[in-house]
Amino acid sequence: MDVIILQLLNGLDKGSAYALIALGLTLIFGTLGVVNFAHGALFMIGAFCAVTLQKVLNISSEAIDPTKTDFLGNPLVVKTPYVVNWFGPETGALIIDWSVPLALLVAVPIMILVGFIMERGLIKHFYHRPHADQILVTFGLAIVMQELIKQGFGANAIPTGAPDAFKGSYDFGNLLGFDPNVIIYPYWRMIYFAFSAIVIGAVFAFLRFTTFGMVVRAGMADRETVGLLGINIDKRFTIMFGIAAAVAGIAGVMYAPINSPNYHMGMDFLVLSFVVVVVGGMGSLPGAVLAGFMLGILESFASMNEVKNIFPGIDQIIIYLTAIIILLVRPRGLMGKRGVMED
Amino acid sequence: MLGLNKRDTSFLIIVILLTMFTPFLMQPFSEGSAMAQFNGGYPDLMAKVAIFGIFAMGFNILFGLTGYLSFGHAAFLGVGSYSAVWMFKLLTLNVFPAIILSVIVAGLFSLLIGYISLRRSGIYFSILTLAMAEMSYRLAYSVFTPLTNGETGLQLRPGDPRILDAADASRYPNLFGLELSTSYKLEVLNHVFTFNVGFYFCAVIAIIAFYLTLRIFRSPFGMMLRAVKSNQNRMSFTGLNPRPYTLAAFVISGMYAGLAGGLLAVMDPLAGAERMQWTVGGEVVIMTILGGAGTLLGPVLGAGAIKYLENIFSKINETVLHSWFSFMPDGMEDVVVSFFAFFTGKGWALTLGLMFMLVVTFLPGGLVEGGQRIWNKIRRKKPDTPNNNPAE
Amino acid sequence: MSILEVENIGKRFGGLKALDNVNLSIKEGTVHALIGPNGAGKSTLLNVLVGKLVPDTGSVMFDGQSVLGRAPHEINQMGISRVFQTPEIFGDLSVMENMMIPCFAKRDGSFRMHALERMMDEKQIVASAEEMLVEMNMIDKREMHAAAMSRGDKRRLEIGMCLAQQPRLLLLDEPTAGMARADTNNTIDLLRQISEERDITIVIIEHDMHVVFSLAQRITVLAQGTPLVEDTPDNIKGHPKVREAYLGETAV
Ligand SMILES: Nc1ncnc2c1ncn2[C@@H]1O[C@H](COP(=O)(O)OP(=O)(O)O)[C@@H](O)[C@H]1O
Ligand SMILES: [Mg+2]
Repeated sequence: MDVIILQLLNGLDKGSAYALIALGLTLIFGTLGVVNFAHGALFMIGAFCAVTLQKVLNISSEAIDPTKTDFLGNPLVVKTPYVVNWFGPETGALIIDWSVPLALLVAVPIMILVGFIMERGLIKHFYHRPHADQILVTFGLAIVMQELIKQGFGANAIPTGAPDAFKGSYDFGNLLGFDPNVIIYPYWRMIYFAFSAIVIGAVFAFLRFTTFGMVVRAGMADRETVGLLGINIDKRFTIMFGIAAAVAGIAGVMYAPINSPNYHMGMDFLVLSFVVVVVGGMGSLPGAVLAGFMLGILESFASMNEVKNIFPGIDQIIIYLTAIIILLVRPRGLMGKRGVMED
Repeated sequence: MLGLNKRDTSFLIIVILLTMFTPFLMQPFSEGSAMAQFNGGYPDLMAKVAIFGIFAMGFNILFGLTGYLSFGHAAFLGVGSYSAVWMFKLLTLNVFPAIILSVIVAGLFSLLIGYISLRRSGIYFSILTLAMAEMSYRLAYSVFTPLTNGETGLQLRPGDPRILDAADASRYPNLFGLELSTSYKLEVLNHVFTFNVGFYFCAVIAIIAFYLTLRIFRSPFGMMLRAVKSNQNRMSFTGLNPRPYTLAAFVISGMYAGLAGGLLAVMDPLAGAERMQWTVGGEVVIMTILGGAGTLLGPVLGAGAIKYLENIFSKINETVLHSWFSFMPDGMEDVVVSFFAFFTGKGWALTLGLMFMLVVTFLPGGLVEGGQRIWNKIRRKKPDTPNNNPAE
Repeated sequence: MSILEVENIGKRFGGLKALDNVNLSIKEGTVHALIGPNGAGKSTLLNVLVGKLVPDTGSVMFDGQSVLGRAPHEINQMGISRVFQTPEIFGDLSVMENMMIPCFAKRDGSFRMHALERMMDEKQIVASAEEMLVEMNMIDKREMHAAAMSRGDKRRLEIGMCLAQQPRLLLLDEPTAGMARADTNNTIDLLRQISEERDITIVIIEHDMHVVFSLAQRITVLAQGTPLVEDTPDNIKGHPKVREAYLGETAV
């Protein structure tokens, strides 16, 4: 029992990441009809927003402290981050400590901008071209983004810590009456889960309760008719693309403490998130979320030793296997609409 | 000749000549000259061009003709390499049994994957192949370590049984005793040309592969594959079943990939799982499209261009750039150098990605279409309506 | 002798009854017209006949054999060809290649791995494709890119492709829609000649009553998914129910 709860919890944070990326992919596919292979790269850029902010906040002034010497006997060089100089030691340290959550503030405008530029500069020319062309050009873009990050930040993963307040784990075992230290769950992962739930909720609320959202949903159901009504779809598409990019970006920001960002994390997540979208049903937002969590949890159960002993290697392939089976027996996915790219 | 009409025969002869003279063509600059670093005439690179040319040619039979975009062909490349190395270990270091096994195993594997993936089309097909390749890659790293030797990769060992080889037989891949790493050098007027057995072996196989591709393109089967791409609806309402046609194309392209994988192992008898990663499958997609999908020569050109440029660009590091721009004033030189350094050396992949985006956006027919446009301009002719006879 | 027996076919799309208890019997060697207002279910019926749609109820017998449950290519190989409402041809291929494909399908069946055979050795295929192009008066366009042709030419090519298969039953979905008067008359002549000389049964959906009355021997009127009446052209002309169905439509 305790093991099951633990795996369930472990599945949730991975599932949250899958769900967030798949949500953005589906928004783009559902509204714009574009298959975006660069979406994983947007997730990665988000994560590197966190990395960059942490680096920027740590830029320091150097002063020589004549009273102390280092181990070579030279006067000690003391580095003080400018932030600390400006805001005083306590506030300054706090700001640095909270760099990841703060990065959300930076990431949102940056990602929206990136989304706008991408849509206006590139994607827009591909609305009427075959899906294969869309896949190819966004695949090329993904390579470009990944290489830019690699050149800027190097090939190694960069550890990016969560605020101290969220380091450590919570012992769910105590709460539920199991032995201590059986079900421990890191705080930050809880935060990540809660955060995704809020973002997903916000996106759904936005689509449900605003006029803008209504038009977009109508566009997802029947693009041509909405276009005929004389509603300026173009502008809304651009905005939608920005929102989708922002969702991917902030998912990346918050993921940075869980997995140190590296330049190929986008490609790694890309395949998975497409699999999630397909399992959920191309074009279905609830499907994407459901499939994200489902696959996350499935993956974490498959990595239990009890399961691996019976099916060796199953943890490595469970997601792909599920996707293949679903595609073959129910091509429109769990919650896809009938007829949406069903062949 | 050989079942080709006159035009195709001369086309084939040109390709054969180009291939055979590659050691000259890729070595245009004399030793010691400033341009010598742009020479590409060393065996390893030339063989890679031939091998990836085969890979892309096969991929083109599937994607170029039927329009089915597979991101999973790396799996067949990897399987081909593993098969070849196993053949080296168990039976003999002669290369023929090895590449024959590569082709057969890759063919069977692609039959399985193709049978499953081809039940869907469009983007679903792409994602199915992606998932299959990723699965194979992960399995190669985990469960199948006894077969693949996991992260280390499968390699030759002195204790391998090699039951067909005599005790004193060569310990490297060979052609009936002639080691593939054997090279002959020719020095003419400061130029050094290298003729390597391995390269010529790959080149001959590539020519045979090209000839087969040419025959397939010109056959009724090739026309049916183009019909699949053009209109599957009409095809089935004309009494033809598209599924076995696409499956046949898939298996053929899988066998080409297996052959390429086997040749990689022949040139360097080491097989690792990273060869199966989907990004490697992405590379062959890039080559095919950059050269011109659906054309005969395009994929080979694409493979050649990418492998050559990769090699050259990777060599242009900052030191080289500084020596080029040393004529500039200091400050300007630094700016210019750091600008170019972005795209060369380690930045090669960035250049490749940009190039690929430009081609997909502006030149969907690839280098071949570009060449045709220029040719048509020269002849002051309007571009043809899309060529219904995908020739050169 | 009837070549096609449609019994009790029903097909729903969600709440919409596109076909409701359709019974139809087509006599061999005749031209049988299906008419009815837009949305009556005519194209849907053809889709059922060629295996594109599976009906909810009923049976379709072609020459004594059941059609339902077979794939489109199998049904075609049984001898049923179809011309679509919007031309379905191989746009990326040349006109000649378009014509050769049905010839191959006729000779080799639904699949043959002729990968190393030479196209130019297929003398017999080339000859019959050329013959058909001559007959369709398109031989001068043989090297043309099929997608680049006019709509009327595409339609004629499609008809030719169907004929090249020497089907026993030819289904035509509004073949003259959007055609100029002269082309329409040519098509009428062509179809009449096909039906008289080649022993091909024709089912034609058509809005142009001139075409219908100059070709059809029997007419079935379909409205809201059900056959209203079936009779000879002369009787149909004055039939009150037919007028109602059509007038009902125009009155809206
Ligand atoms: N694939 C489909 N899905 C849903 N409704 C359809 C489909 N095909 C046809 N219909 C509907 O069925 C009815 C009959 O259509 P159709 O057979 O095309 O009429 P027509 O007699 O004009 O050819 C129409 O109301 C049409 O909207
Ligand atoms: Mg109709």
